[in-house]
Amino acid sequence: MAYDYEKSIRPGKLPHIWCPGCGHGIVMKGLIRAMDTCGLDRKNTAIVSGIGCASRLPGYLDACTLHTAHGRAAAFATGVKMAKPEMTVICCGGDGDGTAIGGNHFIHACRRNIDMTYVLMNNFIYGMTGGQFSPCTPTGAKASTTPYGNPDPIFDISKLAIGSGATFVARTTAAHPREIDRLIVQGIQHKGMAVIEVLDDCPTTYGRRNKFRSVVDMMKHLKANAVPIKAAAKMTAEQLEGKFLTGVLFQDTEKPEYCEMYAEVIKKAQGA
Amino acid sequence: MAKKVALLQGNEACAMGAVYAGAKFFGGYPITPSTEVAEVLSKELPKVGGKFIQMEDEIGAMASVIGASLTGAKSITATSGPGVSLKQELIGYACIAEVPCVIINVMRGGPSTGMPTGPGQSDVMQAMWGTHGDHAAIALVPNSCQEIFSETVRAFNLAEKYRMPVQVLFDEIVGHMRERIVFPEPGELEVIDREAPTEGPDTYKPYDATKGQVPPLASFGSGYKFHVTGLNKADDGFPTTKASLVDAEERRQIAKVMDNVADIESNEEYLTEDAEVIIWAYGSTSRSARYAVNELRSQGIKAGLFRPITLWPFPAKRTAQLAVQCKAIVVSEMNLGQMIYEVERVAKGNCVVAGEFRVDGEPINPGQIMKKVKEVI
Repeated sequence: MAYDYEKSIRPGKLPHIWCPGCGHGIVMKGLIRAMDTCGLDRKNTAIVSGIGCASRLPGYLDACTLHTAHGRAAAFATGVKMAKPEMTVICCGGDGDGTAIGGNHFIHACRRNIDMTYVLMNNFIYGMTGGQFSPCTPTGAKASTTPYGNPDPIFDISKLAIGSGATFVARTTAAHPREIDRLIVQGIQHKGMAVIEVLDDCPTTYGRRNKFRSVVDMMKHLKANAVPIKAAAKMTAEQLEGKFLTGVLFQDTEKPEYCEMYAEVIKKAQGA
Repeated sequence: MAKKVALLQGNEACAMGAVYAGAKFFGGYPITPSTEVAEVLSKELPKVGGKFIQMEDEIGAMASVIGASLTGAKSITATSGPGVSLKQELIGYACIAEVPCVIINVMRGGPSTGMPTGPGQSDVMQAMWGTHGDHAAIALVPNSCQEIFSETVRAFNLAEKYRMPVQVLFDEIVGHMRERIVFPEPGELEVIDREAPTEGPDTYKPYDATKGQVPPLASFGSGYKFHVTGLNKADDGFPTTKASLVDAEERRQIAKVMDNVADIESNEEYLTEDAEVIIWAYGSTSRSARYAVNELRSQGIKAGLFRPITLWPFPAKRTAQLAVQCKAIVVSEMNLGQMIYEVERVAKGNCVVAGEFRVDGEPINPGQIMKKVKEVI
């Protein structure tokens, strides 16, 4: 029987704004399945985003949805979660939103280990504004503002999250739809800051400038270069050149969660 | 029973006023000269089950405040000029998304880093026009520690009632001076809570103008599922570019303030009835101005004081009346002339409007004001 996505989608809000071939829809479906698997009560689930193509996702989902300002998803979400810790908080957005203009909020949410799940769709580009390079655009790649090739080094989002203190960090790609919901489920169930980086495709503003002749080419590229972390352990550095590791990259269940820490502050203040 | 009294700094009084108003969330970032507001709230909020968070930056602080408010928590941040500059985009967000919150601005010299430990009143136009786009603003300017307490309570009331950000601005002098405070008993000052929607979650629309100029705001996590965005939106909260809907929403959001000026406005007048010259001043400057009025009166000069407590919306009606009644208005402020533009605009040439300004980090003293008054009459 086909999976029923309709019940999670707000009536009348489709079609979405994403271009044909964009991976964001795949991620959204994964998120819907994951929320369902976790049995989330959508009345008590806040889905928070910033600005950009990926950040339009919450508007389609039937929940408490908060489409904020550019880069600020993690900071708004921190306020929501702190004020109402009983809510499940999910952030979503793109690479430019999350790691450039919103980079400070992202790393500090990781540092606090506040209980939220951040689904970061990394399509290597600023899509909504027409394809300018982001902190994740590969060095040498073409973007509308790197006509001679991108001189900038990149952020490795997952490493950034681990280094900043997130306690669940995973990576997959839009070409691995079944792994998307599996990892988001684990992220939601994890107590603490969970970052799920989904390598995504933007055929319109990235693919066509960078010799991907079709969406299929982009998906093939994501598939061909994804190496599950277990398999990577048996590979040499040479073999791993240009590849990206997928799966659960890091998990720490020992570090205290932020709202629980603050609950202790309240106890102390109240003289318990 | 004797009332509880204390010797408090303005900033401390502000924090205690927030607690009195029922604040349950503070998100901030350290900045001179406002930090005592954060310090006191870090101690007091958890005592009442509230939350305090020191965010990574000023923008994050403002974002956390809006997020927390959407769950129904009365929320506040405190900062100074540079912090307000950084918060501007999200102040606009709170305007368009109609999310109640209180922003404290303890004013110092500027622009830029300016004089962090010196007083200033140069953020008063920013309080109105700082964020981009058309919007209404409410800004309050108390001039004593007791009034900082009560105006902070009123700021929460106005924020919750009109579903919007409200700024409280006081200069560093008022923020850091200590005065005797009489704590109001519970119930003594009015405390307004957010109006909850009357209809159920299935038919709720967060921007339904048929529910009034200020449609009720449901809280996240209370059974209502709805969408909040900084985009122009229709009554259901979802983005729209339909011209008629965008226009109606923009106008409603401004009208909800401008149609209720009588409710929002608060002024103090001192010996204005027969005054030939009126000193128009707010914050610490108004204290010097009051002293100047007394001195001038003793010298036979009919001086009076008009002191706005609500600075925005601008007290246009009363200022215009005074301009007709008196020979001159002297606007005195710790900037190089900001509110004087508004006074001149509404005086419409009916009286002389002169300014007495100072931006060197020193307070405006009564003698300086008296000298100006004598020049213009």
